Amino acid sequence: MRLALAGSFVQQPHSVLNPASPQARLVDRLWDAMYVTSIVVFILVVAALLWAAFRHRDSLEQADDPAQRRPLRTVVILATGLTAIILFVFLIFDLSVGRAITTNPGNDALQIRVTGHQWWWEVQYRDSLPKDWVTTANEIHIPVGRPVVFELRSADVIHSFWPPSLSPKRDQIPGNPNSLWFRADSAGVYRGQCAEFCGYQHAKMAFLIVAEPPGEFATWLAGQRDTAATPTDASARRGKAVFLASSCVMCHAISGTPAGSRIGPDLTHLASRRTIAAGTLPNTRGNLAGWILDAQAIKPGVKMPPNRLSSADLHALLVYLETLK
Amino acid sequence: MPIDVGRRPSVDHESVRLRLEETWHQPPGLWGWLTSVDHKSIGKRYIVTAMVFFLLGGLEAGVIRAQLARPENTLLGPDAYNQFFTMHGMTMMFLFAVPVVTALGLYLVPLMIGARNLAFPRLNAYGYWVYLAGGLFLYISFFLNTGPDTGWFSYVPLAGPEFSPGKRVDVYAQSITFTEIAALVAAVELIVTIFKNRAPGMTLNRMPLFVWAMLVQAFMVLFAMPWIATVTQLLAMDRLVATHFFNPAEGGDALLWQHLFWFFGHPEVYIILTPALGFVSMIVTTFTRRPVYGYPAMVLSLLSIGFLSFGLWVHHMFATGLPQLGQSFFTAASMMIAIPSGIQIFCWIATIWSGRPRFSVPFLFVLGFVVLFVIGGVTGVMVASVSFDQQVHDTYFVVAHFHYVLVGGAVFPLLGAFYYWFPKVTGRMLDERLGDWNFWLLFIGANLTFFPMHQLGLEGMPRRVYTYLQGTGWGDLNLLATIGAVLIVLGMVLFLVNVVMSLRRGALAGDDPWGADTLEWATTSPPPPYNFAYIPVVEGRAPLWEQSGELPAVAGLRTDVRDVLLTTMLDAEPDSVHRHPVPTIWPLLAAIATTILFVTLIFTPWGAVIGAPLLLLSLLGWGWPQGREHHEEVMVEQQG
Repeated sequence: MRLALAGSFVQQPHSVLNPASPQARLVDRLWDAMYVTSIVVFILVVAALLWAAFRHRDSLEQADDPAQRRPLRTVVILATGLTAIILFVFLIFDLSVGRAITTNPGNDALQIRVTGHQWWWEVQYRDSLPKDWVTTANEIHIPVGRPVVFELRSADVIHSFWPPSLSPKRDQIPGNPNSLWFRADSAGVYRGQCAEFCGYQHAKMAFLIVAEPPGEFATWLAGQRDTAATPTDASARRGKAVFLASSCVMCHAISGTPAGSRIGPDLTHLASRRTIAAGTLPNTRGNLAGWILDAQAIKPGVKMPPNRLSSADLHALLVYLETLK
Repeated sequence: MPIDVGRRPSVDHESVRLRLEETWHQPPGLWGWLTSVDHKSIGKRYIVTAMVFFLLGGLEAGVIRAQLARPENTLLGPDAYNQFFTMHGMTMMFLFAVPVVTALGLYLVPLMIGARNLAFPRLNAYGYWVYLAGGLFLYISFFLNTGPDTGWFSYVPLAGPEFSPGKRVDVYAQSITFTEIAALVAAVELIVTIFKNRAPGMTLNRMPLFVWAMLVQAFMVLFAMPWIATVTQLLAMDRLVATHFFNPAEGGDALLWQHLFWFFGHPEVYIILTPALGFVSMIVTTFTRRPVYGYPAMVLSLLSIGFLSFGLWVHHMFATGLPQLGQSFFTAASMMIAIPSGIQIFCWIATIWSGRPRFSVPFLFVLGFVVLFVIGGVTGVMVASVSFDQQVHDTYFVVAHFHYVLVGGAVFPLLGAFYYWFPKVTGRMLDERLGDWNFWLLFIGANLTFFPMHQLGLEGMPRRVYTYLQGTGWGDLNLLATIGAVLIVLGMVLFLVNVVMSLRRGALAGDDPWGADTLEWATTSPPPPYNFAYIPVVEGRAPLWEQSGELPAVAGLRTDVRDVLLTTMLDAEPDSVHRHPVPTIWPLLAAIATTILFVTLIFTPWGAVIGAPLLLLSLLGWGWPQGREHHEEVMVEQQG
């Protein structure tokens, strides 16, 4: 399953013109109306311009007498009036779409907190008991057909949360918590990307939204609540020791182990995620190895340092990380 | 001799010219160049400097397009790319677009209103030197790998001390300060010149539309630029002396930056556009041989564009989560500005319709302008919508939109203006055939480059990304855009070839090669240092068309000293005579002192202690009294 996805992880819908939620669909409809009107306006103006220009091209006849200017005046006034009317209709349409998008999502909405970091997304599902909180990164699972409210925050600079097929964007501004909500209509994986310039790796700060039927979503959430699996075979056990003894623990957390730092993405269920490096690479063993050894070569400027590991240690570490389902 | 309006004196014209030449000429050589206070000499170097920055900014754009031609390209890393796109934006906005339209205004306005010079000639020199220093400062920093890398609107906290250590953002903030001072200085000169130095009889409602456009632009500069100068200084203080204006952790506000920046940043676009509308009106008039249709409507729409442009800034912030109702006001205002813009276009079309258009190169550029500007205009109305903008904000759709507005809406009229006034400035015509090629390459190139970007934005491509992944589906359209950029480069090479060849071998222009109607065509090409041997007297909107034979003129102005005639603000009746300064080195020295002040301030607050006294000294030298004779102002006695 993961292999099948590996090649196409970037090709998930991420287009304004490919809406998959009522919110994105409303905006798409607004776009359609404005697009068609604009084409008509463009054609009319350019046709008028060319007609005016070629009517007496390079002619040396006497100029029109001023009496002929009277219909001209009517045309200019009519054109201005028509412009105003079109704009007014757009304004009303825009207000009604804005109103529809920002209605109250209702009481059964799922709350997800998404915090932008340079250059990845921390995703947190909060619950009444802190022990039930789920923290993951760069891959957001949501149930189909249920409103989801995103609490948008930033840990450093301004980022902007934007899954084009599902929702208009909203900035994540330090000191200014924001929120938005939408409801995915059909199951699928959707891609999103940071839209506000945020430094070196703004280009490689993507995320996936996995919309799945409520049952599957519940199963997924329950799985994410578990602490990390304790490794059983020798190689994985060695890998865990490597993890805990190296610089990994300075930034990453794996629940159920002493590693609890929150600077980088939570790795408790790393192996269940489709991508690494914020939607930059498919989560395969080879990519993971390359990322651990020299993340700077893949995402120059990223906060992850290069790691010097013996090949045996690296192999063990990879085996261990792959158990974190 | 008393001032006499309306009668050309019956004296020996040749001796008058010689005397004026002696009084107003610029000293020869390098010293003369450094001390010049002639608006034409300074205007020319201003235009040339701005065009050099235009080419540099264009080269940066070329490198950007090369990097984005393929997915996961490695021509530029993120560090270089971020500097390149920031330099491209800053160069085009601060070192090219505003300076070049302002410079054309500084050159043309005195000629168009029948004046001998700008109102404050030394200030004009100072403004140019400060602008040049700012541009050099920015580019020297760039070549030292200290080029700004946070974008031309450098949002905090990314641009703050925590996330942008080093001096790159300080270079950003301070080079803006240079250009803002230059722009403010020019605005003051233009406003006073337009209000007080018009030829007798050129009442406000007889002013050429370009002069109206420059007047509106100058007022916009006056109200917009102080904001950016202030906000960049707040940022510089956050960075240098640890204030916390933008630090949310200490009670500062990251959004404050955006409000202050865009309160300048949106009018900025119209500061560039308004003079371009003026160019178009002039070119349309001349090449259709008709006065522009609906002069009062044109003037009023220019004024309302200037006014409304200050009420739109929040549409750059629709994604920041401001209250919905508040945003709706800005949607309405943003859409409303399409009405005066539409009136301009309708009136031009009406003028063309009733005229007999000649398809010379300037007119071609005007036709191209209307086509591109309408595309940029309708997408502008689209992004005024809050919810649609929240989809395409910060994507290539917006990149496409503002390039249509700025390239189509400002660069095309500018190039048209270049072809139109080149004969006046140099005395030689640009080549028409090369001009046709120049136009078509640019027109096709611009569309090929920028049109696909609409689609890229809708398909989810954010702006300011140094690369994109294979599989995003953005590769082909990006390649197309890059091919378009190659055509633009070819078009600009032709333009340069045309300028260089025409300077040497172009056909001689004569005073009025196009048969135009405004005063700048009444004098020789290029104009003499004193502009007009006799200050003309104006009796209508199109003095050269309404008057057969010689223009009526003002008699009685002294020719042995730099006397200029001041007129009243509304009706341009002779008011007083003002003595203008002679060439001086002090503006250059003051600009050097300003540069020392600004550059040292980047490194230490002691820069103020070093630079301020130097600046004060240079201003003392500048303003040192030169005897009563020099400042004499004579009230004019009315003569019927």
